[in-house]
Order: sequence, then C-alpha cells, then structure tokens
Amino acid sequence: MTWELFELLLVASIKTVALSGLSIVLGFFLAAGVCAGMLSQNVAARRAGRLFVSFFRGTPLLVQLLLIYHLLPRVGIDVPSEVAAVIGMSLCTAAYQAEILRGGFGSVPKGLLEAADMCGIGAFDTFRRIRLPIAVRLTLPALTSELIMILKASSLVSVVGVIELTRMAQDLAASTFLPLPLYAAAGLIYLVINAVIASIGAIVERRVARGHA
Amino acid sequence: MTSSPAIRVRGVVKRYGATEVLTGIDLDAPRGEVTCLLGPSGSGKSTLLRCIAFLEETSDGLIEIDGEPLGYGPGSNGGRVRLPPASIRAVRSNIGMCFQQFNLWPHMTALGNVSEALVTVRKFSRGEAEARAMAELEKVGLAKRATHYPSELSGGQQQRVAIARALALEPKIMLFDEPTSSLDPELTGEVLNVMRRLAETGMTMVVVTHEIGFAASVGSKIVFLDHGKILVEGSPTQVFGKPRHARIDQFLDTYLDRGAAGLL
Repeated sequence: MTWELFELLLVASIKTVALSGLSIVLGFFLAAGVCAGMLSQNVAARRAGRLFVSFFRGTPLLVQLLLIYHLLPRVGIDVPSEVAAVIGMSLCTAAYQAEILRGGFGSVPKGLLEAADMCGIGAFDTFRRIRLPIAVRLTLPALTSELIMILKASSLVSVVGVIELTRMAQDLAASTFLPLPLYAAAGLIYLVINAVIASIGAIVERRVARGHA
Repeated sequence: MTSSPAIRVRGVVKRYGATEVLTGIDLDAPRGEVTCLLGPSGSGKSTLLRCIAFLEETSDGLIEIDGEPLGYGPGSNGGRVRLPPASIRAVRSNIGMCFQQFNLWPHMTALGNVSEALVTVRKFSRGEAEARAMAELEKVGLAKRATHYPSELSGGQQQRVAIARALALEPKIMLFDEPTSSLDPELTGEVLNVMRRLAETGMTMVVVTHEIGFAASVGSKIVFLDHGKILVEGSPTQVFGKPRHARIDQFLDTYLDRGAAGLL
C-alpha cells in the first residue's frame, strides 16, 4: 500500500462526495415538492406523492440505477454515467427525505399554529415563518442520517460505470493484489467523511437547539 | 352598538360525534369586566372559550364579538350561515388569546415572538415592531429578557411573553385558557399579577381558570359550567356566598387546600 494508491482513493472520494452532495441537495427540493403533495388537500397530488415515495422507497437503489441507466437510452436520452447516478440517487433520497419532512410537519405542535392564527398571521406566512423553520429543526438529526446513508449508498453507482471510491478500491485491489489494505483504506476514508458530516450536523443542531423548548 | 356586550353567546352547541360537549350556552361577557369560567374538567369551559375564539367550530348557535357575528351569522328561516374568511379574520382581530401551554414559537426570541405579527400582519417595519414589542415586554416586566428564547425562560415568564404578544396587537378582548394551569405554584403569582393589572386598565377579559381566589377577587362575573351547561352565573358573592349551589360546594371542597376557603 503506497501513498500513490492512497492518493488515487482520495481523488475518487471527491467524486463520491460531489455526487452524494449534489443528490442530497437536488433530492431535498424534490422532497419538499413531494411532501407538499402528500400534505395537500388535492387528492391527485396526495396520491402522486405517496406513489412516488412507495416506488422509490420500496425498490433497491441498485435496481433504480440500473433501470435509469438502461431506460433513458431506450427513449433516446443518452446520459453520462455520472448524470444517471445523480438522477438515481436524487430520486431515491427524495423519497426518504419527503417522509422525514412529512413527519417534521406533523410534529409541529398544533398550539403554535393556533397562536399564529390568533395573531392573524395568514397561512403562507405561518408556513414560511413558523411551520417550515420548526419542521426543519425537528428533522435535522434525521436529515443528517439521510446524508450519511446516501454517501454510503453512493458505492452502488459503480454499476452504471462511475468510478467512485469503492469502485476505485476494487479496481486497485484487482491490479495490485492488495485487497485488504485498499478496502481498509477506503473504509477509513468513508468513516472520516461521515464523521465530518456528523459533527457538522451536531454543530448545526446545537446552534438551533438554543431556540428550542 | 355600545350597549351590546363585548361577547354575546347565544344557543351555542358543540358536538364531537354523538357527544354534546356544550349543550346550548347563552352568555354575555360585559365590556371592561373580567368574566371567569369555572367548572370541573370536562365541563366544557375550555371548549366554550375556544369556540369564542373560533378555534373550534360550533355545531350550532351564534357568537358576537362587539356586536359583530363571528364565524356564523343569522341566516334566513332561522338558520345560520357561514361567514367569509375575511369577515372571520376581521372580527377575530379584536381578540387576543393566551393558552395553557403558552405556545410561544420556540425558534424566536421573546422580542421576536411579540414583534412577529406586527411585521407580518400589521406591516410595521422591523424597527417599529421591535420598539412596540419592547414596550409590551416592559409592561409585563420582561424587557431584560427580550433576547431570550422561550427555552431559556421560566413558565411564568413564557406566559407573560405570551400575554405581551397578544397585547401588542391591541385587542379589545383578551381570552385566557387556563393561563396558570401548567405553572408551578410559585410561578402562578407573577402571571396572575399581570392579569390583575390588565383588568385594572379596563380590559375586557374572559378567563378559564382553576384559581378560585383570582376569580373571586378579580372576576366581576363568575360562570360555573358543569356537563356542558351553565349551572350558576353571577357576581362572586352570588356564586360563592351562602347559601350556595350544592354542586359548587362540592367543587369548592376540592380547592380548599388552595387557600380558597379563607377568601370565601
């Protein structure tokens, strides 16, 4: 196990972080929409939201990635591996994040909304100023976990041809006959990245905890 | 119009499924006075207050605030009609409310809680709103706690912030739903004092409470509910003085340890 090999792993881990990060952010916005659909008065929107969640939460990410990678070219859309990977991970994490947010909105105490109502604050301002900030605070630990889950799940995107951290370790192990040190190094890198994410999550949680009953 | 009571409740019925929680309530809350709603738990007193605030839909009957119908107005052929949301908002802007659980927004400071509606509803600038909010906090003795979050305040302080938040919007009527019921006994005093001072300014108040002593000394009208009906109403002397209704005797017995005996 040389420094050169480790450096190759580090470079590949940048792709892991970039793809996961992009997917989490895109997934969050998608999740907000799906969640709004699930909480909506509109029956069609509620059904669509639930269907989305049950499909992307009910099938393995691996299958979703393979479907996207093979389906898109069939309908004439040629996508690079990285794009297919981000689409797959975004859709999958959106389903989980939508459920997390739905739980968060459900946990905002009804009395806080009644207080807003009695102060004459309208539905939109109540959502913007009171429901959303409280829901995000309530779900921060779960959202941090989801970020970590997606980072680990990104090891699956090698099936669509993306050379990320796990795939790089596999390739190097095959060519150098040093599987143990390479997988150990890859594991260590995952651990360090996730430790950083977890501590950032903890810091943010502590900061918002100040404003919490 | 000035002759009408601040709140007029007529024939209000509230049902949850088959259970009738309020069975036809008629009640007037006189202007500038403190009306106290008493009764055992489950008697419907909080439900009645929440109906007056239109936080609960009534199943039947009419409620007028300052002569204006709230939620439902009289319809043709003796029925009632649902009023448009704009009318509900307008009439309700006369009412301020304090809750048993305070219901302060946990992500905003005391100052933020009091100034929020001034900015979003009354369209004050942030600076004007905070100046006004600060003045209200001063009145409840909490100017020094303005930058504290609810989690950094005692229950009594939180309830006083909640009172300031309601008063900042200059309501004509204040409703209190068991404002001291979730407080430690040594913290109830500070909240009751703020309420007592508010009453002295001539604010119309309706208070659901278990504080018999407060009701007897500050209330000008006592309304005793039992099983969704008004059992007795009148001045504190009429309701608590002897001879009194057997049900009230029984109710007071459970409160003797709270010092109510000495007052009566």
